Amino acid sequence: MSAGFLSQYGGEIAELTVEHLWLTGAAMLFATAIAVPVGIALTRSPAWARPVIAVANILQTIPSLAMFGFLLPLPWLGERAARIAIVALIAYALLPILRNTYAGIQGIDRAVIEVALALGLTGTQRLFKVELPLAASFILAGLRTATVTCVGIATIAAAVGAGGLGELIFRGVASVDNRLVLAGAIPAAALALIADGALGLLERWFKVRAA
Amino acid sequence: MSVAIEFRNVLFATPQGRVLLDGISFAVKEETTTAILGRSGSGKTTLLRCVNRMVSPTGGDVLIEGRNVAALDPIVLRRGIGYVIQETGLFPHFTVERNVGVVPELLGWSRTERARRSRELLQAAGLDPDEFGGRYPNQLSGGQRQRVGLARALAADPKILLMDEPFGALDPLTRAEMQDMLRDLLGRMKKTVLLVTHDLDEALYLADRIVLLNEGRVVAHLAQAEFLQSQQPEVQAYIRAFHRGDRNHGRNRADRQNRGAEEARKP
Repeated sequence: MSAGFLSQYGGEIAELTVEHLWLTGAAMLFATAIAVPVGIALTRSPAWARPVIAVANILQTIPSLAMFGFLLPLPWLGERAARIAIVALIAYALLPILRNTYAGIQGIDRAVIEVALALGLTGTQRLFKVELPLAASFILAGLRTATVTCVGIATIAAAVGAGGLGELIFRGVASVDNRLVLAGAIPAAALALIADGALGLLERWFKVRAA
Repeated sequence: MSVAIEFRNVLFATPQGRVLLDGISFAVKEETTTAILGRSGSGKTTLLRCVNRMVSPTGGDVLIEGRNVAALDPIVLRRGIGYVIQETGLFPHFTVERNVGVVPELLGWSRTERARRSRELLQAAGLDPDEFGGRYPNQLSGGQRQRVGLARALAADPKILLMDEPFGALDPLTRAEMQDMLRDLLGRMKKTVLLVTHDLDEALYLADRIVLLNEGRVVAHLAQAEFLQSQQPEVQAYIRAFHRGDRNHGRNRADRQNRGAEEARKP
């Protein structure tokens, strides 16, 4: 990629990278805010775990382009492409976070939970002092998978005009300009790798503490 | 000496209808140790868990100092009862010192007060607080973990201590050390203890009274000194089963302690 290309597109790449980050970040925040509490609730009523995780699983299997297409005609969502993108990304992020929150808490040594109960921890104390810290590395692993997936899927969001690095890729494909495709793909890949590395470090830190 | 714990016709059946406790009645005097013996599935653990309401009986009452536990707030009740289990259940993400101070922390003690208490109890349980206080449970041996579990159970100075096969997973030498430590500790601290165990020697060494359960019923409730002399067939069967490998009857501590009784029993 020449210096000329960079000087021409550098500003746009930076702008679209920020947009990409914003879409993914917002989706991850919402997805975490939904999936972690639901995952915790499922550990309290495990009978619901199968059906709820199955629904999240089905959402995950919808092809991303189709998902954006489904959301397009919806009243409030259809008005702004970014809304569609964020809602679609949330749908993809739910499963890994939900499943790992549930599995992480369910996987805690039964003796630890038994003693937490026997020592007189309340439900909230048990959750915040014992269960969440011990399941943290698991939950983070789910968050990591979800983030990496969403950084990739967010490139498709450009198809409905939501912006992000996908815009460069789509434009590059349409004009058969590989430089533009790479100008979108390389930063997207870099974002995914950075998110993966950073969350991986955090995950290991929690794992060591909970060992 | 007044009664600390009383079981009145305690019944427990699983939702599937399996009866685990079938009309248990006996009383435990304060500052005494009662061992609950019996084969696996005889209801020992379930009975123990009725005391701190980890299990709610399907019939009958459990009373602590005359008050029905069913009427007490389970959280308050549990914080006032020490609980020790075989697997220890130490919180893996807490240091030893914080593990010991968990109940004081829940009760709102200050940090310095908790630290002081943790150190005191670690010492009492035979662990050097300077060496072990900052370690995590995965950096301890099985015996050390069990000592921490015991220190934790005693942290808020509960009157009652429930112990569910506390030393069951330890090798015989460590187990003997732990039993010595516990006996010494209980001698000084004056607790009412319910000790579930499979180990007859342990029961004879630590307990004042022994309750033998079979299929959810009390088949014997005897003073420690009377147990080996009992002519009850269930008691004799338990003793025989326990001493099968010990042909000389005299090498272990229970027999040393009760050699007189044993001699009298022999034909």
